[in-house]
Amino acid sequence: MMPGSEEGVIEAIRQAHEVGEPLAVAGRGSKQGLLRPVQAARTLSTAGLAGITLYSPSELIISARAGTTLGEIEAAVAAKGQHLVAEPPDFTALFGQSQAQTIGGVVGANLSGPRRVAWGAMRDHVMGVRAVNGMGEAIRSGGRVLKNVTGLDLCKLLTGSHGTLAVLTEVTLKVAPVPEQRATLVLRGLAPGQAVAALSAALGSPYAVSGAAHLPAALAGFVPGIGPGPATLMRLEEFAPSIAYRSERLRADLAGFGAVEVLDDAASRLAWAAVRDCAPFAGMQGAIWRVSVRPSRGPAVAAALEAAFGASWFLDWGGGLVWVAGPATTEAHDAVAAAARAQGGTHTLFRAPETLRAAVAVIPPEPAALAAIAARVKAAFDPRGILNPGRMHAGT
Amino acid sequence: MLPQPAPKPGILARRDAIVAGLRELLPDDGVIAEKLRLKPYETDGLSAYRQVPLAVVLPRTTEEVAAVMAFCHREGVRVVPRGAGTSLSGGALPMADSVVLGLMRMNRITEIDYADRCATVQAGVTNIGITQAVAGEGFFYAPDPSSQLACMIGGNVNMNSGGAHCLRYGVTANNLLGLKVVTVEGEVLEIGGAHLDAAGYDWLGLMTGSEGQLAIVTEVTVRILRAAEGARAMLAAFRSNEVAGACVDSIIGSGIIPVALEFMDRPAIHACEAFAHAGYPLDAEALLIIEVEGSTAEQDFLLDRLKEICARHDPISLKVSTSAEESLAIWKGRKGAFGAVGRISPDYMCMDGTIPTSQLPHVLRRIGEMSESYGLQVANIFHAGDGNLHPLIMFDANDPASFARAEKFGAEILTLCVEVGGCLTGEHGVGVEKRDLMGVQFTETELDQQRRIKSAFDPGWLLNANKVFPLKGLAAE
Ligand SMILES: Cc1cc2nc3c(=O)[nH]c(=O)nc-3n(C[C@H](O)[C@H](O)[C@H](O)COP(=O)(O)OP(=O)(O)OC[C@H]3O[C@@H](n4cnc5c(N)ncnc54)[C@H](O)[C@@H]3O)c2cc1C
Repeated sequence: MMPGSEEGVIEAIRQAHEVGEPLAVAGRGSKQGLLRPVQAARTLSTAGLAGITLYSPSELIISARAGTTLGEIEAAVAAKGQHLVAEPPDFTALFGQSQAQTIGGVVGANLSGPRRVAWGAMRDHVMGVRAVNGMGEAIRSGGRVLKNVTGLDLCKLLTGSHGTLAVLTEVTLKVAPVPEQRATLVLRGLAPGQAVAALSAALGSPYAVSGAAHLPAALAGFVPGIGPGPATLMRLEEFAPSIAYRSERLRADLAGFGAVEVLDDAASRLAWAAVRDCAPFAGMQGAIWRVSVRPSRGPAVAAALEAAFGASWFLDWGGGLVWVAGPATTEAHDAVAAAARAQGGTHTLFRAPETLRAAVAVIPPEPAALAAIAARVKAAFDPRGILNPGRMHAGT
Repeated sequence: MLPQPAPKPGILARRDAIVAGLRELLPDDGVIAEKLRLKPYETDGLSAYRQVPLAVVLPRTTEEVAAVMAFCHREGVRVVPRGAGTSLSGGALPMADSVVLGLMRMNRITEIDYADRCATVQAGVTNIGITQAVAGEGFFYAPDPSSQLACMIGGNVNMNSGGAHCLRYGVTANNLLGLKVVTVEGEVLEIGGAHLDAAGYDWLGLMTGSEGQLAIVTEVTVRILRAAEGARAMLAAFRSNEVAGACVDSIIGSGIIPVALEFMDRPAIHACEAFAHAGYPLDAEALLIIEVEGSTAEQDFLLDRLKEICARHDPISLKVSTSAEESLAIWKGRKGAFGAVGRISPDYMCMDGTIPTSQLPHVLRRIGEMSESYGLQVANIFHAGDGNLHPLIMFDANDPASFARAEKFGAEILTLCVEVGGCLTGEHGVGVEKRDLMGVQFTETELDQQRRIKSAFDPGWLLNANKVFPLKGLAAE
């Protein structure tokens, strides 16, 4: 089903609700490979809800129907010198398919790029949503202004809920001016612990570093202009005079970690697009996980998983996001989950064959008291459990 | 007086037994039940509304909070959480049959981690207290509500508070990593942590700004940031609200996002100048305070560009600060705005709608007309970058007619904010103040959706039950 209007979405869900028919919820389907497979005979797609409905550059606001492609939105804001702050990644190569992603999917999955570490996640930039809950009721939250605390914040709750609570029909995002220039400082040859210490020093400087990643020797070659050898990357995005000034200050501050190389604007764009899109793993077989931990714990997670199953890994978000690749087995998955837990963080099984995704907890189970609340919140939106059943946790 | 939910049957009659039960859970000084000592808790920053509670409890630990919640849940007693009580929407207003749970004794900082740029603090630590604890290393906690000397992080979380610098640094929600909360049943839950973006539903986002409706926050993990090298402000005065509004558009359109961009209208300029002698031009209709950050050379670069932009809008005057002292003077008037208005009027009400910034001239014109028809003065302060408007309505609380007119005037302004595409509240919350206006912004279906979420956390509606939602279902007294 691919309704062309919100009324169509309402009608489709009402009918499914009446008979208790489960529905897979999707945009263009670019994220079907994420999380757990959904058991549903029919798919409700929002791809038919297309188009930008409002763009006010001077108010830093854009609204679009959920099925609008990310590419169309990015092109529209780029034409006015603006961008989406959370830098949403493009995982088409990673998932080995060619569907463009819709903005509903990007918001539904709360996907953010390297800038997340400094400027917030997708969820921090969702200012308003329109959605249809599992009973076929239209609901709105937030609006088209940048500051709004009226009522419970369903924008954040629905962002990252993977279509399990309601189907997004329109979203309103905060945008920002594209900084005049970019530059990337590169430190070479650091061991992971040293690398994260350097990233922490950069992120803890007054220079507003907006990207902080580390690639071990084996993967640095997959990032244009970076390899060979381990490379630690720090990005600046500023007016030109500030790029010059801050690069020099950081170079001096980081002298203890070694000599700093500086990549120019064009090279920076290429390098960070590769980090953002997880290019180092795009050609890799097997499973891919994301582990989120306190940044200083990133190296410990990497070391544990190297020891457990020879994992490939690299670090983003100053060390707090560990991208992990390895065999698509329950043993490897359990090792990832255990390593994340041991370091006080969480895991997501990000890409894997369906059999593995159906067999394991793709994200950590919630403690009993929270799981009980979660079940009641789910029922508050979707009492018959018809929207994307089992997408996040088995049986719900 | 505002309608309150009818007291729950039997609670008032069982008062002594409930107090005795609470005394078993907390040290002697942790429970207040004497009439005179309850008085300070009868109101908050919206002092027009008052109600003495059944009792007040002042726990020191998460375990004590959990014990109190489990007890109140068992006994069916309503609970009103309270931080510093600076809410401007009556968010901490008690009910006659409620226990006020004050978090102010939970004022310890439990962890500061500069390498990972986070700090964990108890709910009763003041907003400024966090910045003070990390300032020695050059760090700060970004959201800076004007009440930051008094207000507490637990209150900030529950109101999703903003501040003058949220254009650059975001509001509370954008600066949180984790929470420790106690559910209505007395269960302790950890939400998020020191890491970013926990998998699963965004409970952190849902709880932020939930106005004490979902759970009691006992501990908060915040992001701390390294402060910029320096900051400097400039002042631009214009001939009309339209021109100042157009100048704001030009600034944002130029690609510069200042760290602060504040607007004052003529009455606000006059009130603040009389109070603070900040050197504001009294012939201006509108004033912008614009602040930038960075090294001195970076500030110069940005201020030069901003000056050029302002110059294109026929300003009456432009004044760029050349020192920290001059910047302080520029801010002094704006920061003293509440005090300034308090000096020219016995009472004032601070409204808090948000509007699309392009609607500013229209909205100010309409507010001016309303001011005439209600016979009440108003001064407007505006976070111009993000559209958050603070009209200060002046009235006399000793004159019930004046108070009633001020309430109506406020409601009319907020309705206008919604009509032009904005919302009822940008940062002060719904509380009791805007409870009955929720229908202006939301459909009944949408309110029911929100109510069901509240019920998922708090099935018996024991938590802050007289706030946020119109009193449907909770039979009004
Ligand atoms: C002079 C003045 C200036 C102000 N300036 C600003 C400003 O610039 N920006 C802004 O956003 N606000 C501002 N405010 C409003 C107010 O300070 C904020 O809303 C603040 O966050 C309230 O904090 P508090 O500790 O006083 O909370 P309280 O007023 O005690 O409580 C606020 C709400 O949160 C709930 N609550 C408090 N603590 C907890 C907890 N631990 N767990 C669960 N629920 C809890 C209460 O029930 C209530 O609903 C201002 C207020 C004043 C008086």
